[in-house]
This record gives sequence, structure tokens and C-alpha cells, in this order.
Amino acid sequence: MTITLPSISLLPYLPEIVLLITALLVLVIDTFAGEKRWLVWLALLGTIVAGVTTWSLSLGPTLYLQDMLAADPYALFIDMVVLIITAISLLLAYDWLNSHAHQQGEYVALLLFSAVGMMTMGAATNVITIFVALEILSLSLYVLTGFARERLTSGEAALKYFLLGAFASAFFLYGVALLYGATGHFDLVGIGKNMAGTGLMAAAGVALLLVGFSFKVALAPFHMWTPDVYQGAPTSVTAFMSVGAKAAGFAAFLRFFHVALAGSYATWGPALAALAVLTMTWGNLAALNQESVKRMLAYSSIAHAGYALVGLAAGNALGMSGLLFYLLAYAFMNLGAFGVIIMLEKKGSGDLSMSALRGTAREHPLLAATMAVFMFSLAGVPPLAGFFGKFYVFGAAVKANMTWLAIVGIINSAISAYYYLRVSVLMYMVEPDENTTDVATNNRPVLAFALLVALVFVIGIGLWPGIWMQMAQQAAALLG
Amino acid sequence: MLNYAWLILLFPLLGLLTNLILGRWLHDELIGWIASTAVFLSFLVAVGLFFALRSLPADGRQYQLLLWHWMRVDLFRADVKLLIDPLSVVMGLVVTGIGFLIHVYAIGYMKGDQRVQRFFVFMNFFILAMLTLVFANNFILLYVGWEGVGLASYLLIGFWFEKPSAAEAGKKAFLVNRVGDFGMALAIMWIFKLSGRVEFLDIAKNVQALAPEATAITLLLLLAVTGKSAQIPLYIWLPDAMEGPTPVSALIHAATMVTAGVYLIARTAAIFLLSPFTMTLVATIGVVTAFFAATMAMAQVDLKRILAYSTISQIGYMILGVGVGAFSAGIFHLVTHAFFKALLFLGAGAVMHAFHGELDIRKMGGLRHKMPQTFWTFAIAAAALAGLPPFAGFFSKDEILWSVWLHSPWMWALGLLTAFMTAYYSTRAVVVPFMGKPRDKHLYEHAHEVSAVMTVPLWLLAIGAAFSGLLGLPHISLIGHWLAPVFASLHMGGEAAGGSLEWIFMGLSTLVVLAGIGTAYYAYMVNTAFPQQFRRSLGFIDNLVQHKWYVDELYMAVIVHPLWDLGGWFADVFDRKVIDGAVNGLAWVTGEIGGGVRKLQTGLVGWYAFSLFLGAVLLLGYFMLIW
Repeated sequence: MTITLPSISLLPYLPEIVLLITALLVLVIDTFAGEKRWLVWLALLGTIVAGVTTWSLSLGPTLYLQDMLAADPYALFIDMVVLIITAISLLLAYDWLNSHAHQQGEYVALLLFSAVGMMTMGAATNVITIFVALEILSLSLYVLTGFARERLTSGEAALKYFLLGAFASAFFLYGVALLYGATGHFDLVGIGKNMAGTGLMAAAGVALLLVGFSFKVALAPFHMWTPDVYQGAPTSVTAFMSVGAKAAGFAAFLRFFHVALAGSYATWGPALAALAVLTMTWGNLAALNQESVKRMLAYSSIAHAGYALVGLAAGNALGMSGLLFYLLAYAFMNLGAFGVIIMLEKKGSGDLSMSALRGTAREHPLLAATMAVFMFSLAGVPPLAGFFGKFYVFGAAVKANMTWLAIVGIINSAISAYYYLRVSVLMYMVEPDENTTDVATNNRPVLAFALLVALVFVIGIGLWPGIWMQMAQQAAALLG
Repeated sequence: MLNYAWLILLFPLLGLLTNLILGRWLHDELIGWIASTAVFLSFLVAVGLFFALRSLPADGRQYQLLLWHWMRVDLFRADVKLLIDPLSVVMGLVVTGIGFLIHVYAIGYMKGDQRVQRFFVFMNFFILAMLTLVFANNFILLYVGWEGVGLASYLLIGFWFEKPSAAEAGKKAFLVNRVGDFGMALAIMWIFKLSGRVEFLDIAKNVQALAPEATAITLLLLLAVTGKSAQIPLYIWLPDAMEGPTPVSALIHAATMVTAGVYLIARTAAIFLLSPFTMTLVATIGVVTAFFAATMAMAQVDLKRILAYSTISQIGYMILGVGVGAFSAGIFHLVTHAFFKALLFLGAGAVMHAFHGELDIRKMGGLRHKMPQTFWTFAIAAAALAGLPPFAGFFSKDEILWSVWLHSPWMWALGLLTAFMTAYYSTRAVVVPFMGKPRDKHLYEHAHEVSAVMTVPLWLLAIGAAFSGLLGLPHISLIGHWLAPVFASLHMGGEAAGGSLEWIFMGLSTLVVLAGIGTAYYAYMVNTAFPQQFRRSLGFIDNLVQHKWYVDELYMAVIVHPLWDLGGWFADVFDRKVIDGAVNGLAWVTGEIGGGVRKLQTGLVGWYAFSLFLGAVLLLGYFMLIW
């Protein structure tokens, strides 16, 4: 009997490995270094190196590690999105970290670990890998959520997130088990091939996996944790997870449904469409009446998950590339919006009330204008990035003969304009309150730079959507 | 050169960005010069484009420049793509040339204002938006410019937003324009649905695809035109728009905004010609607007309001011209009008400057002694407006009237009557403030000529107002030949060359103009009691004209008040009972549930988990039933 050792090639995993090494370096240096602020820059360097590595990888559909992971254009696109999100999130956290110096190393390392999980989600071609990646990204996020130890709300949010996350993971894992039972396969292609003629066991498996994905990307009714967690977590963490976890979650979600379940679109298409309607309507209606800007954006992120899901529910090529484009556009505008909150929130409060926005344009004209651009983009006003995200996914719905879904989406966008524009109205057209004068906005160049990057991309993607859409199309093409 | 056409958009953008970012540290005057230089460079580009096109054979003067792909889904292809043809170049020359002079004038006019930076950023944006509109090769990009122009006008009309009237005027302009834009958006969608295209040249090539619905589509486009070009029924925003700084009025009236509608009809002429009904309606709206606005201009006592109504009236002529298929005549009038109307507004601005904001012509008089340069330039512009040969307005108006005669005699008669009134009110606008004796001694004493940065643009415009008519001399019309390739395939018939009859008509309209001028001179210089007597003899018509035919009141009663009431109902009943009820109800429900769960001491997490569980049950049920 001969035992053949599997050949192990880790080269396609290099971007993730670079991030892992950086994270470990950060942890090690943290124990020696007196000046901790260099850790963020080190992490940023690692992110950039990982980005360069991503670029230099070949774009073929290469499977590796026993076909558990893929380094196809799809994975590389997600890598790129996650790395951009990570870089901007690091910059957003810079100032906050300087007031939490003793935790700096852990924060940065956890952020990078989480990013590794996110990237692996995009590359995973096997439900087990998806699960492991999901746990890597989630566990880091649970800890990060509770990072503002001086605030009870932060700890509470972390605990809630952890409990519910564990609950959802159990569903996911049970779904994996059932799918394996029905098809005898863990890898997506294998599941897809053996799906025909399967019975209730496979159906239940799909439903439970869907629960897991829905929880991660915050689809109604699996979204209940979102407002509390987003509000309680340090704002820089909220920014990171609102776009990162969503991008990674959707990445695996999309790959699973299009590779493993391509044949049974008639079954899951309507279900996803229903989830999309429920999610965007619920998110938008709940966002209307929020007093905390972070909470408002939490509900808004639920609504955006609904819009993005339209692309998946459409089930066609435009829907896939539209969804990828959406994730990218959403990353910039939402990071930007949270960045402005970080700029304006009172030290130690970790939150910003709507009334604190009153008349901020008077004292901070540039910041208010920047926020207005992000809000307009989130509302989907042309010619900003957010508009094109919706343009493509709704276009995909129309193409898939689901015009009604596109119309629901457009009505929802109209509803959402109310609460997004309310931010601009408060900033520009209302006299400042007396108690808003202590809104902290001392000179923070790093944060300002991060905002500028987000702003440039929100406008740039809106003016030149073709370039990004082309990348998204290439990424989605090989999933077929 | 044609490949560098994008520069024409780049320069105003650069000017805008420079002033936006660095303006805070720059001197006000420098800001003004940066903005003006940007527009001037664009003007040079336009000149370059003109010569580049001219060097091509006449039927090849059409160039499309793709800058980048913008929105593409299947057949829907809206790119950032420019169309350079004789029509867009003429418009580009007007927008940048006149726009530049207005910018320079504004440097002097806005001196001492608190927000010079903001002003010039908006002005550059206005030019940028208008150029985008003019050079767009497809409906979507045109729409971007169309909306940009609307936004810029809102910002600039309401520039002195501390004044409630200015803020109101800005709002009014914006809202009225929205009505028109709505028509535009629907028309674009409809055109795309029928033809599957949004690029002008593609649409023109396959225009027959639109034939079945052409009337509806063109009516929607016409709605957009009436909004932007201030025609009946959507003209009401323009008279209020003079609440903005005077250079803004000049820009809106002459170069950038109201001409957009005329341009739109000319650009989409192929579609309009599919529907004879709409064309007749266009011409009718034009001539009726020209007539009514002229009556209103005769009754105004505010100098800028006289000019505002005269713009509506003159745009009416242009619409009339394009409505009878005389597209190049309409554009020709647009060009000459741009010169003399910009000049009139800038002259009025100079008077306003000298008079500390006073605009009531009844308080003026004898100003020519104090402000000779303003007087002479204003007089030249008024002569052009009146249509006195050989000033610019004469040739362009006459060409329109001649085309109208071939088409519909009654429109021609109304047009000629309007020409009489135009001559009358133009003369009045010169005679009352500038000649005779000062009426308000105190104001008169303080009046003074304005600075050179303002008078030089006046003189340059005056040259245009005096001589630009020569571009379109009958039979050897330069502008007609230049525009001919654009409208080559678009004839309505009946455009026979007139021969001697045309000369007789020219003589006739000269006589009418002279009669108008004579009447006004008699009424305001010789027998000053005449206007009063005349009005008394008119009885209730005078009252109607005085109150601008009660159109504003009509709109208030029929549209604004019902909408207010509806809005009030929504706020009081719907919002409070239904929406608040729903929100409170939802809050109550979640509160109750939350309270219930809290009693179990698990905190809200239990409820969240329950909801998750419920969702899982639903999904399981669905998938297991449907599989």
C-alpha cells in the first residue's frame, strides 16, 4: 500500500499569508515597542504588500489545497475589496487607538486576522472552508466589538453578537452536515453535481445554510443583532464590519448559490427575492426614525444588504457582477460615512446623535460637504458610486423578468432618501444647538486622509463605473 | 484640434476646483480673474473647434469624441461622448464668449460681497453645466447638463439667500423647472423604449422608429423646453429670477439657461418634424408667448423686470422660428439676442450699482450725463432689441418673421405687432432712465459711472450687439450656411427664396419698428401725459396688463394653494395619524415584546434569537415544501 502525500502549494494563498505574518509581527512587536502608533503603519504596509501580491497572482481558475480554495478572479476581486476596506479601516482607527494605546497591538492584529477570514471566504470552494473562514472572521469581530472596555454598551454588544453568532453558526454547520448527508460532498462543485434528485435532507441543508449566510450579511429577519452591535462597537470597528463582513458574507453566499445550486435557481430565486424585499423594507422603515446616527446607518446597512441581494436573486451574470460592484461601492461610501461620525463623535461616547449634527456645516463646511456626498451616494443619487450599484443590480432584476423587484427596490430607495437627506438638512439648514459646540473635531490628518480616499472613490466610481464593472464582470465570469 | 474638444469642459472644471479648494486663501479679485480666465480658455477652445470644423468639407462637419464609457447595460449605452458639429460650436462660442465677458464684469460688480468665492465657483459650474448640455452627444449626458444648469440657476438666483424674496425666487425657478424636467425624463425613457438608443445621431438615423408615438414624445420634450426657456405655461419663474446678482441674470437670460430649450428643439429637430401637430403647437406657443410677454414688458416700471419680460418675448420669437422649421433663423436670433440681452442686463446692473440698488425707472432720468458709457452701450443694445436696422436684432428677427410669413400669416401678423411693442418698450427703457430730467434729485446726485472692469465688457458686447446681425444678411447669410449641414435633411417645405417680396417685408418691419420707437419717444419725451391717457382709455385691459394677466395669481389659486392644502392634509392627517400611528404602533409592539422578554431575564438577545429561529423555520418550511 502506498500513501501518496498531497502536494501542498500555498503560493496562491500568499496574500492571506502576508496578512497573517503581519498580524503576528504586530503582536510580537507590541510586547516590546514603546511607541505603539507604528503598529498601525506596519499593518498598513502589510496590507499594501498583500495587495501587490494579489495583483501579481495569475488570473487563472486555479484550485489549491485539495481544491478547498480557489485563486480565481472572483477570489482576487474579493481580496482587493477586503484589502481596501482593511487599509481604510486601519486609518479610521488610528486616532481612536492612540487613546487606547495599551490595546493597540491586539486591535490591529485582530483586524488583520478578521481580514484573513474575509479573504478566505472569497476564495473558499468548499463548505467546510467557508465555515472555517466564517469563524475566523467572526471570532475576531466579536472581540473587536467589545474593545471599548470603558463603555458598558460595547461589552453588551460583543456578548450579544457572540451569542447570536454562535447560534447562527450552529444552523450553518447543521446545514453543512445535512448537505453532506444528501450529496456526499463538501466541495461546491461536487454538491452541485449530486444535487439532482436529492430529497428533503438537501432542502433542509440549503435552508439552514441560507440562515447562516443571512445572519452574517444581516438580512431580515436575521438582522436583529445589527443595530445593537453597530451602535455599541467602537465606531471604527463598526465601519470595518459593516462593509467587510458584508462583502465576505456575500462573496461566499454568491459562490455557494451559483456554483452548488445553479441548477435549482427556480427554487431559491423567489426565496431570495422575498428576503430582499423584506430586508430592504424593514431596514428602511426602521431607519426612518432613529436618533442615533450609528443606529440609523445600521438599519441602512440592512437595507443595503437587501438591495445587494437583488443582484443575487436575479440569478444572471449581470446580477453577479452587479452585486460585486455593489460591495465595492458600498465599502467606500459606508466607510466614509462612519469616518465622518468618528470625526464628529464626542470623545468616549462612541456614538453621535442626530441632533448633534445640527448646523455642523457652519463650523465644518468641508466635513459637512463630504458627509453630504456619502449620504447622497447611499441614497443612490447619480452620478455617485451608490447609484451605479443600484443601477446594475436593479437592471439585473429587470433582465431576469423580475421588474417588480426592481420597482420595490426603487420605492425603497425613495424612502431611504428621507433619512439620508435628513442628515444633510440637519447639517445645512438647521441652526446649531448650543450643546453641539463641544463636538470634537481637532486636527486629525490621518482620519481626514482616509475620508479623502473614500470621497475620491465614491465620486470616481460614479464617473468611471465602467472600469470597476469590467473587473466585476471578469470576476463573476468564471463562476458561470 | 477636434480631439482636444474635452478641454472646453476641463477649463471651467479646473477654474471651479481651484477656486473651491484654494479660494479661501486667495484675494477676491484674483478669484474672479481665475474664473474668468477659465471661461476665456474655453472660449479659445471653442474658436479652435470652429476653425477645425471649417477646414472640413461642409457635409463632413460632424465629429464625435468618446471620452469614456459611462453607463452600459446591454443596448443602453450612455457614454461621456461629445458631439462637435456647427450647431454645438455656435452654442459653445456664445456660452463661453458672452459668459467670459459677464465673468469679467462680475469681478467689478461683486466687489465687496461677502461670498465672492462661492459666487465664482457657482458661475464656473453654470458654464460647465451648460457646455455639457451643448456638447453632449446623447440624451443622458444632455440631461446631466440640463439638471446641472437647473441646479446652478437655483444656487445663483438664491445667492443672496438672506433676502427672503431671493430665496423664494430660487425655489420657484427650481420647482417650475422640475415640472419641465419631468417631461424631459419621460421623453428620454420613451425614446429609448422605442428606438433602443440615446445618442442623437443614432436616433436621427432611425427616427422612423419613433413615428408612432412622436406626438406624445415631442409634447413631453416641449414641456421641458417651456420650463427651461421660460415659455407659456412655465415662464413664471424667469421674472422673479432677477433676484439674483445682475451678472447671474445676464448669464441666465443671454448665454446659459433659457437658450437651452431652443437648442434642444434644434438638436432634436428630426424628432419634432415627425409631428406636425407639435410643430404647430411649438410655433403657437412661441408667438403667443412673444406677444403676451411684450405686453407685460410695456407695463413694468422695474428696469430688470422689463428686461426679464423682454427675454421671455424674444425667446418666444426663437421658439416661433424653430416651430416653423426655420431652425437656423432661430439659432441666429439666439446668437444676436445673447449679445444685446447680456449688454442690457449688464447696463441695468451698472445703473443699479450707481443707484444703490434702485431699479424703479420712475425715479431715474437724465442719467446719460452721469453715465455716458453705460448710456451709449445701453442704447445700442436697446436698438438691437427693438430691431432697428442695422443693429443685430433686426436681421435675426426679420429672418424669423419672413419664415413665419411663408408658414402662417396670422402668426406673422402677431409677430409684427409684437415687434411694434418691442420697439416701444425698448425705447421706453432707454428714454425714461437716461434722458429727460432727473426725477429723484438725491439719487441722481450720487450716481456715478462704473469702473473700467465693468465698462470694457459693455463696449465689447456693444460691438456684438451692433454688428453680429451682419452674420445673417439675407441671401448671403454666413450663419445660415454654417448651420446648413446640421439641418440639411430637415425641411418642412415652403422655404422658397423670397426675391423682391422679402425686401418689401424688411421695409415693412423697419417702418413698424420706427413707429414703435416714435410712439414711445412721443409718449415719454414730448407728451408725457399720453401714457396715462392711453391707459385710461384701455380700461380693464390696462388692469390686466398691470397685473401681468393675473397668471401668478392663477397659478397660486389653481396649483399652489391646492398643493399646500394637500401638503397640509398630509402633514396633519396622514403623517400624524397614519405614519405616526404606524411608527408608534411598531414601537409599542416591540416595546411590549421587549418588555415581555425582559421579564424572562434573558435580555433582548432571547427575542433576537427567537426571531432568528422563526426565520429559520420559515425558510425550512419553504425549501422543504417547494423542493
